[in-house]
Amino acid sequence: MKYFIAIIKPFKLDDVRNALTEIGVEGLTASEVRGFGRQRGQTEIYRGAEYSVSFVPKLKIEIAVPDEMQEAVHEALLQSASTGQIGDGKIFVLDLHSATRIRTGETENNAL
Amino acid sequence: MICFSNFFNFTKNFLIIVVFSIFSYPAFADINNGDTAWVLTSTALVLFMTLPGLALFYAGLVNSKNVVSVLMQHFALACMVSVIWVILGYSLAFSEGNEWIGGFSNIFMNAIDVNSPSGSIPESLFATFQMTFAIITPALMIGAFVERIKFSAMLIFLSMWLLVVYVPVTHWVWGGGILSSWGTMDFAGGIVVHATAGTAALVTALTLGKRRGFPKSITPPHSPILTMIGASMLWIGWFGFNAGSALGANGGAGMAMLVTHISAATASLVWMFIEWRRFGKPSLIGIVTGMVAGLATVTPASGYIGVPGGLVLGFFGGLFCYLAVDYIRGKLQIDDSLDVFAVHGVGGILGTLLVAFLATSTFSGLGLAEGQTAVSQFFVQLKAVVLTVAWTSIFTYLILKITSFIVPLRVDEQEEIEGLDLRSHGEKGYHSD
Repeated sequence: MKYFIAIIKPFKLDDVRNALTEIGVEGLTASEVRGFGRQRGQTEIYRGAEYSVSFVPKLKIEIAVPDEMQEAVHEALLQSASTGQIGDGKIFVLDLHSATRIRTGETENNAL
Repeated sequence: MICFSNFFNFTKNFLIIVVFSIFSYPAFADINNGDTAWVLTSTALVLFMTLPGLALFYAGLVNSKNVVSVLMQHFALACMVSVIWVILGYSLAFSEGNEWIGGFSNIFMNAIDVNSPSGSIPESLFATFQMTFAIITPALMIGAFVERIKFSAMLIFLSMWLLVVYVPVTHWVWGGGILSSWGTMDFAGGIVVHATAGTAALVTALTLGKRRGFPKSITPPHSPILTMIGASMLWIGWFGFNAGSALGANGGAGMAMLVTHISAATASLVWMFIEWRRFGKPSLIGIVTGMVAGLATVTPASGYIGVPGGLVLGFFGGLFCYLAVDYIRGKLQIDDSLDVFAVHGVGGILGTLLVAFLATSTFSGLGLAEGQTAVSQFFVQLKAVVLTVAWTSIFTYLILKITSFIVPLRVDEQEEIEGLDLRSHGEKGYHSD
């Protein structure tokens, strides 16, 4: 099993969700996060004073999928989260050791 | 506040009095119902400017960890000023005294009963209307010391300030004191409210020192939304402030309302266009700041000018206050955190000086007092400003020093980092669940 962590632009969440459900992903977790990468931060101006905001708001989505879906999920994320502009985010993939559905006790691929 | 006595109104009122006297209605004979209704309304509007108008305006401009403290400062201050005003403030400002201060004859407002008149309205109403001015003036100064002042120090400092600065200056201008004997024109408080609060704000910011990390790592306004809501309440409330200062339901009040509105709108646009041109984007915080600048600038002139005067004051108010913000916080790096002096001080003083010209018939104004020319009136205004700024600076500084012997003026560093909300008040403005 694979565990995806993707950092995306907040307004891309619906596109990403649609793309993932289309290829059969049955759940994801999204959280509001702040961070910086090559985009650094952004500048806001209030009453003539510049404020550099060094942590930019992003969304972090997490998805657990069976091994065979890795390529498809990767491709769907890449397509749906991209604007081509700086600050589009990143995709990380981790090996997942175990998964359990709490209600039924089902494990591994059955729990995903 | 200095009413233009309208001859026709006077005659009409006189006739009403005569008629009512015939029908033996003596107790309320000189009270005009229309005037009373309007000033009752205005009094509510001016309180609304502070609670919650100004409180929200300032609260939106600070960090989210200090939002409760700002709201709390306004609320507590409003309550405290009210009590001091009733006990001592009103008497010292408005009862018979000398050129510099009123007397003790109205202490605890003991000379006011339900039938006492003040002009054509009940004195109880006049005293309450004035109370709302006494509340907002020190409240304006909160913008200078947000995010670092110790709550107890603020209460002590502003209580003394009310009695030593606000009350005497009010007496000078509206209570028959020295500035009124000079013929100073200040319709609704360019000197009494904005010059005093603005000057004191600057002195307080310098005495208290900068916020930690100013100007490099100060966080941006946490909620332009609250600021816009508060600013809009200020605009509406200002109708009570300026048009209410006519102390009657008459043409003077109507014209004051019109020019007040025009000045606010013009200054808002000026501020918006300057920022648009300079930074490429018109900002919400910018346009509402321009609005406050326009309102502060028109305040001293609002009962003396016509529509052209309102446009001129709006234009120059927006422009000069914008430049002042840039200069004081940008260049001089004085942490008058929410630009109280740059907006209220500069605006109020500018309007006080320009009214000498804009009140003339050249600008469709209502005219100057007999024997005054625009230039001679200008020097009267200038002298009044100099006296007020000097008095305010000296006594604000002394009061701050006295306060600092009683309690520290600032919170400790740890509290400033963690935020005043949790450490000073045990509350948070926002909960994530």
